[in-house]
Amino acid sequence: MTRTDSKLYDQLNVRFKLDALVAFLSSKKVPRHSHSIFYYTGGVAMFLFVVQVCSGILLLMYYKGSADSAFESVRYIMSEVPFGWLIRDIHSWSANLMILFVFIHMFAVFFTKAYRFPRELTWFSGILLLFLSLGFGFSGYLLPWNELAFFATKVGTDIVGAVPLIGEPLLEFLRGSEDVTATTLSRFFGIHVAILPGLFVLILSMHLLFVQRQGMSEPPRWKDLPESEKSYTPFFPDFLLRDFALWSAVLAVVAVLAVLSPWELGLKADPFTSAPAGIKPEWYFMFMFQTLKYIPAHVMSIEGEILGILMFGLGGLLWALVPVFDRDGSRKRWSRFVRLVGLIVVLYIIALTILGYTST
Amino acid sequence: MIDRRSFLDWLLGGTVFAGLAAILYPAARYLEPQEIPEAAISSLKVGTIEDFPLDSGTIFKFGRKPGLLIHDADGKFRAFHATCTHLSCVVQYRKDMGAIYCACHNGRFDINGKNISGPPPRPLEEFDVHLKGNEVYVSLRG
Repeated sequence: MTRTDSKLYDQLNVRFKLDALVAFLSSKKVPRHSHSIFYYTGGVAMFLFVVQVCSGILLLMYYKGSADSAFESVRYIMSEVPFGWLIRDIHSWSANLMILFVFIHMFAVFFTKAYRFPRELTWFSGILLLFLSLGFGFSGYLLPWNELAFFATKVGTDIVGAVPLIGEPLLEFLRGSEDVTATTLSRFFGIHVAILPGLFVLILSMHLLFVQRQGMSEPPRWKDLPESEKSYTPFFPDFLLRDFALWSAVLAVVAVLAVLSPWELGLKADPFTSAPAGIKPEWYFMFMFQTLKYIPAHVMSIEGEILGILMFGLGGLLWALVPVFDRDGSRKRWSRFVRLVGLIVVLYIIALTILGYTST
Repeated sequence: MIDRRSFLDWLLGGTVFAGLAAILYPAARYLEPQEIPEAAISSLKVGTIEDFPLDSGTIFKFGRKPGLLIHDADGKFRAFHATCTHLSCVVQYRKDMGAIYCACHNGRFDINGKNISGPPPRPLEEFDVHLKGNEVYVSLRG
């Protein structure tokens, strides 16, 4: 056991064998190449999740999760509670940025083929984390109980209800009633603050454990280089300090966005008013929302809505299963084809999202 | 003949299964939405003729569901379930379009509730409208 100048360290080391942890951290290294920047994206997403948890706990002190008082409590937070507006805006902005970074992280992993052996389980757990993040966004969107959120939830849960076989029971489980009502708000509140965080922490822990056990992935071309041409950054302290610097910058960006571009509360939800013109979901659902607008009422004998859902369901499943059909030994042409499909998916998402915001 | 070890394995497995079922069944039943008793209504007075200007649409409550009453330019009343047949948004009457419109996905229905453009797959369900003096009543069809 090493003895250091720090008495505290020595005392802790005797009890918890810190030397082993330090040795592990010292040997951990991060490959340095032209795509190294993407190694930071997962860390940023995780940092934003921590911001979510902290700001969410603060919001919980004043938020009331019932249809009678949810809207009023958010208005109270924004207008009466000191810095309440800041906490709410930080929560909303960091949620959006978290999902953005989860997407960037996933696409970076996809295009550098980091999902291949032995990291299939890391990819699958990452996909689960993406779905849970979208679940956070969807359930949190309803909580202010405003008009936009009400109709977005109506549409979103109706889409779930159209899924063959499991749709109807799932719809009832989510809504807690036939329609989007006060019961739905209570359920979404519970799902948002208890169920999803619990699951998220569990799967995130597994995801991180996998990354720690297997080390950072290396892009295929870089991996084939002779060891003399490869260079690395030590994880501790170099990479970790860069992580901290980046997280501070991200926090500053969140704060600036919260101050300069606050989130509106809108009008209180009323199930007996028409859906307002210009209703839009959150940006990360926009490409699906816009696609549903273009699918005609019937395609052959299938209802357009069901066709759209089946299409996205199948697409999502194939995307999630990419490590199964693009393996390490896959032929180069196949590997390039998978990458091309990925590129088309990214372009489709970007194009439809832009159309969603620009088309009338 | 089953040996002692296999028997104990089965017993243990069965106990775990029964334990999980004993936890999950009440939890699943707990989450199942409850039927909320509601007085069945079949007819409703929505207002008087003067309440509804010509060429306008008004949302009314029919039990727990929204309805849309249209007083068209010719003075005729029509009423529909206001729930879009696409993804359940509440529709509205648009004077400028002379049509019923769903803002969620740009669905359109004509003045008779027939789906004419956009994604809605079916027409809107219609109510019967009756006038008694100057009072307007809507009732379930059929």
